[in-house]
Amino acid sequence: MSKHVKSLAVAGALAAALTAHTTGPAQAQEQVKCFGVSLAGQNDCAAGPGTTCAGTSKVDYQGNAWKMVPAGTCETMELPEGRMGSLEALDRDLPA
Amino acid sequence: MNVNQATFTTAVLDPETAAPAGLTDPEGRPAGKRFSVYRNNVVVSLTSALETAFPVIHALVGEEFFKAMAGVFLRAHPPSSPLMMFYGTEMADFLADFEPVKHLGYLPDTARLELALRESYHAADAAPMDPETLVNLPPDRLMETRLRLSPAVRLVRSAYPITSIWRAHHDPAAEKPQMRAEDALIMRPEYDPTVHRLPPGGAAFIGALMNGNKLGGAVAAAEEAAEDFDLTQTLGLLIGGQAIIGTEEEV
Repeated sequence: MSKHVKSLAVAGALAAALTAHTTGPAQAQEQVKCFGVSLAGQNDCAAGPGTTCAGTSKVDYQGNAWKMVPAGTCETMELPEGRMGSLEALDRDLPA
Repeated sequence: MNVNQATFTTAVLDPETAAPAGLTDPEGRPAGKRFSVYRNNVVVSLTSALETAFPVIHALVGEEFFKAMAGVFLRAHPPSSPLMMFYGTEMADFLADFEPVKHLGYLPDTARLELALRESYHAADAAPMDPETLVNLPPDRLMETRLRLSPAVRLVRSAYPITSIWRAHHDPAAEKPQMRAEDALIMRPEYDPTVHRLPPGGAAFIGALMNGNKLGGAVAAAEEAAEDFDLTQTLGLLIGGQAIIGTEEEV
């Protein structure tokens, strides 16, 4: 491939990526803070230790721990049954 | 009081050491019991900090093991900074050398991923550039352009399925990890870092950009790493993650 043809290919890939971005569904919804729907220790804030944030949600559906959800679904979100399903046993499934 | 700081910190972390002489209670008696309370609080709070810092490692090895391992870690690597949000940077190397889990090769890279997520969270804010600007560049100039990435971008490459392991611990419905190499890209498009598994060549491309290579050079590096490198997909990830914050062109 000549240098110029290569440049055109890269420019084409960029244009395609941008088109996918602007028409994709990811852009459509605004994120809002939604309280009381995150699982214990799974709230979205990832600040780490020494902060008042991540991992301070000690019980499921604790009212003051928030999770980002698409705007509009916060109040109608269904909380699944059997929710803590498969958190363990990973070390059994993986070859060392 | 006649206790120096070195004696005090050594004794805090070593239960076999006697309480430093010279510590007294209000009655003037040796404060051995009081010191033990303090010693216990230091260890418990650092253990709890490590649990918060490495939730996936904690889940992978289990509560009991993690607590015991944390006791070994925190004595070998006590905090070197009062900023607890950055505590535990030595965890990956520690796990690689820690005899009881040496055979679990995926643990160190999983710890690297968890650490990278925290670094990303605390990285400086940076406004993304309008990607239209790039499209408007003539193709030959585009190839000579350097893309500046957000300070919140992190790359973690692994011979293990680290993104699948991470996801399996955050989404109970996620697919079970398959044994394969996975490269993780961390970006922070909104308030919180997100984890993506990179397609073949993606990590070579982004790594080259991070090292200051021009777009053309980064594409070449990626194609050398993976014949089926898909530039559109990888650029799409970066644009979607608001990871591209500017360009530099040589004059």
